[in-house]
Amino acid sequence: MSLPPWTSRGSCRDAETLVSELFYISGAVAVLATFMVITRTNAVHALLYLVVSLLAVAMVFVTLGAAFVAALEVIVYAGAIMVLFIFVIMMLNVGTAGDAEERHLLAPRFWTGPAFLAAVLLAEFVYLLTRSRNAVIAVRVGPEEVGVALFGRYLLGVELASLLLMAGLVGAFHLGRRLPKEKEGAQ
Amino acid sequence: MSGMIEKLLIVGIVLGGALFIASGLIWLERRLLGLWQDRYGPNRVGPFGTFQVVADMIKVFTKEDWVPPFADKAVFVIAPAVIVATILMPFAVIPFAPALQVIDLNVGLLFFLAMSALGVYSVTLAGWSSASKYSLLGGLRAAAQMLSYEVFMGLSLVGVVLLSGSFSLGRIVEAQQGLWFCIPQFFGLVVFVIAGVAETHRLPFDLPEAESELVAGFHSEYSGMKFGMFFVGEYLGVTLISAMITTLFFGGWMGPFLPPAVWFLIKTFFFICFFILLRASLPRPRYDQLMALGWKVMLPLSLMNIVITGGILLARG
Repeated sequence: MSLPPWTSRGSCRDAETLVSELFYISGAVAVLATFMVITRTNAVHALLYLVVSLLAVAMVFVTLGAAFVAALEVIVYAGAIMVLFIFVIMMLNVGTAGDAEERHLLAPRFWTGPAFLAAVLLAEFVYLLTRSRNAVIAVRVGPEEVGVALFGRYLLGVELASLLLMAGLVGAFHLGRRLPKEKEGAQ
Repeated sequence: MSGMIEKLLIVGIVLGGALFIASGLIWLERRLLGLWQDRYGPNRVGPFGTFQVVADMIKVFTKEDWVPPFADKAVFVIAPAVIVATILMPFAVIPFAPALQVIDLNVGLLFFLAMSALGVYSVTLAGWSSASKYSLLGGLRAAAQMLSYEVFMGLSLVGVVLLSGSFSLGRIVEAQQGLWFCIPQFFGLVVFVIAGVAETHRLPFDLPEAESELVAGFHSEYSGMKFGMFFVGEYLGVTLISAMITTLFFGGWMGPFLPPAVWFLIKTFFFICFFILLRASLPRPRYDQLMALGWKVMLPLSLMNIVITGGILLARG
C-alpha cells in the first residue's frame, strides 16, 4: 500500500507521521468496535460499543483537522442520540429473552450471504483506495469554515433539513398529544 | 523538552487541584449546611473538623467492595469511572490564569459540552446495570433530565460565543476585558446556572437520587470506592460548573491587584458556596415540574436570549 503523500515532506515529518498513525489507530478502533456492535447479543453492550465506535470516528475527524465536526459528533451522536437509544432499551427492559433471540439471529445461515456480498464491495473499495494517491487530505477546518459553508453555499440544504425536522417534531407532538376529556372517556 | 515538562507540571497542578478541591468540598459542604441549619456539622476530627475528609476516605477505601450477583458486572464497574473521567477532562481547556491552561482548543467550549454529554452515560448505565427497580428509575430520570438540560446549557452559551466570536475559552475570557458577560448575557447566565445544577444532579434537582422515594436512586447498589467515585464525581461536577460560570460570565482570571489564579479561585469558590446554599435552602421539585420548567421556561428563555443578542450585534454591525 502506498504511503500518504505528505509523509515524506521533511521538516515537520515526525508530527505528521504521528498524526497519520493516530488516524489509522483510531480507524482500526472504529472498525473493531463496530464489529463488536454487530456480534453482541445484549443490546446495551452493543450500544456501548457503538458509542466507542462514534468516539473513534470523532478521533479520525480530529486527525484530519476537523475538530469542530469531531466535537459535534460527540455532542450529537454519542451524547444525545445514543443516550436516547439506551433510554428506550431501559424502558423496554427486555432482559435475557432478548439475548436468546439475538443469539439465534447470529447463526451462520443468517449472515454468510450478506457478509459475502459486503466482502466483494470491500475488496473493490480497497482496490480503488490503493490505486489513488490522495487517500488522506489533511486540511484544518474550523468552526468558521463550517458555518460559512452551511449558511452560504448549502443554505438551501440546511433549510430543507430543518423543515424535515419540523415535520418530525409536529408528528411526535401529534402522537404524544393528550386527548380531550370526553373522548378519553369514550375510548 | 522543557516545554513538555512545563505542560506535565500544569496537568499535575490542574488535576491535583481539582481533586483536592473536590475532596475538600465534602467537609466544606457539611460545615456550611450545618451553619445554615443552626447546627455544628463535623467538627471533631482535627482543627475545625478538616480531617473529616481523611476519616471519610479511610472509611470508603476499607469498606467491602461488593458487586451484586444480579448486576451486569462489566457495565457496573465501568459506570463510576466514566463520571470521574468525563468531568476531569474539561478541566484541561479551562484557563485558570493566562499561562495556567493545559490546552487552549479552538473548540474548547464544545469540548466541555461534549464531555458533559458523555457524563450522562455514567448515571444511566449505573442505574441500568444494577438491575434493581429503584436504580433503574433513577437511571431513567437521569437520562431524561440530563439530556433535556444539556440542550438549554448549549443554547445558553450561544450568546457568549456570539459576543466573543470564538469557542476558545482563552479568547472568551479576553473578550470580557471591560465588561463581564454576566451583564449583557444575564439570561444566558441564569439558564446556564440552572442547567448546571441539573447536569450535576445536585439538590434541588437530584431526582435521579431522590433518597426519599428511590432509596439512593442510581447508586443504590453501589458500595465502597465505587460509591466514592460517584460522590467525588458530584463534587468535581460542582467545581467544574463553578469554574465554567467564572470563565464564561465573570471574567475568568481577570481582577485588580491580586494575581490572576487567585482571582479565579476566589470567584470559583464563591459559586461553589452558592451551589451549597441552593441545597440548603430549596426543596426538591416533582419530576414533571422539573421537565416542565425545562421545556416551558428555560427553552423559550434561551432562544429569546439568542435572538435578542444576535439582533443587537447585527444592528451594531
